[in-house]
Amino acid sequence: MSIWEYANPKKFMQTSSWALPFVTVGAVACLAVGLFWGFFLTPEATNFGSTVKVIYVHVPSAMMAINIWVMMLVTSLIWLIRRHHVSALAAKAAAPIGMVMTLIALITGAIWGQPMWGTWWEWDPRLTSFLILFLFYLGYMALWEAIDDPDTAADLTGVLCLVGSVFALLSRYAVNFWNQGLHQGATLSLDKKENISDVYWFPLLLCIAGFVLLFVTLLLLRTRTEIRQRRLQALEQRERMA
Amino acid sequence: MIALLTRDLRLAIRAGGGFGLGLAFFLIVVTLVPFGVGPEGGVLARIAPGILWLGALLACLLSLDRIFALDFEDGSLDLLATAPIPLEGVVSVKAVAHWITTGLPLVLAAPVFGVLLHLPQAAYFWLVVSLALGTPALSVLGTFGAALTVGLKRGGLLLSLLVLPLYVPTLIFGAELVRRGANGMDTQVPLLMLAGITAACIAVVPFASAAAIRVNLR
Repeated sequence: MSIWEYANPKKFMQTSSWALPFVTVGAVACLAVGLFWGFFLTPEATNFGSTVKVIYVHVPSAMMAINIWVMMLVTSLIWLIRRHHVSALAAKAAAPIGMVMTLIALITGAIWGQPMWGTWWEWDPRLTSFLILFLFYLGYMALWEAIDDPDTAADLTGVLCLVGSVFALLSRYAVNFWNQGLHQGATLSLDKKENISDVYWFPLLLCIAGFVLLFVTLLLLRTRTEIRQRRLQALEQRERMA
Repeated sequence: MIALLTRDLRLAIRAGGGFGLGLAFFLIVVTLVPFGVGPEGGVLARIAPGILWLGALLACLLSLDRIFALDFEDGSLDLLATAPIPLEGVVSVKAVAHWITTGLPLVLAAPVFGVLLHLPQAAYFWLVVSLALGTPALSVLGTFGAALTVGLKRGGLLLSLLVLPLYVPTLIFGAELVRRGANGMDTQVPLLMLAGITAACIAVVPFASAAAIRVNLR
């Protein structure tokens, strides 16, 4: 029993069809409870008022936006090294989800920034690097769309993902140097004493779990769609050959 | 490799179009900016470093799709790929040729265009230094974008979408270097960062470009 078993599309389809209902239910439950708890049952923070509640969407989506790119990096590496097709398809399936997460983080950030900082948009390092990340997602998806041959597309987007990761990271620190920001520092690290208070912390954890499960659900669904599409292509090709 | 370099340079010069077009584009950008923001010298002087860097970057972008496309169409890229010199070397030579035909003229012409934008006296030296250090990185990164899109029919627009985010760090440090030079501030940090990024790009990116070309020629 190893993880490479799931490189077999058939095995992946079997397991994912078994797992899909569980993660779906988990995602819906976590998000429903977490968001309800966060929106209606937490007190308003001093200095922030009710705007603090944006945190339950803003922070999880921002975390996912970065983590999805990391996941794409890992699956691209697996594809380039071991050439498992499911891995490349998973990277392809993850990109639009990551892009939407980035967009959600940017929009909720703007909505939060308007009352707090008095501006919808500020060229703050984190905002700017998220915008750049968004552009990287766009380029990645556009390259997938532009190339007809699936293996070529998987190879080239894989290489782009590797190079893009390096430059996304580089831009992150370059932007830091370029402008000092308004954003507060990390408040969620596990090793710090000064975290946000528990009243907000528990619903936020639940929301993060919900976003992770939501991502897994969508990822499984989209990867299954991609695999089916690939099978359909293969069948059509065989039909034409015959 | 030197033969390849002279061949590329000769093609670029004699075929026309590519050589000098970037410069003309740069001039147009610099001419249009005052129409957009107004002719006051103070404003222009403040934004001049950024405008000059942006113009150089866009002019560089303009000629990227020609790096591999023509060779790909007439089949000489296949010959180069099977030639005894490694493909990474071919890519590096292509980048050098691209830099000599677009980057170098931009570096030389930038001070002249700086006059048009009322660039402060102290900044001219740093403008030339930053462009001389930064434009090689633009060319090398450009080969990567060109290599990714070489097999595509309408790769030009996609190419800019892929390459421009990669230019962000170079642009930030390049423009920052000129700005600090203009204001008489300490220039060491952006200078070293810019040089470091360029050196790292020259060292690493040709491998990625060669890998992309191999995939496209498969």
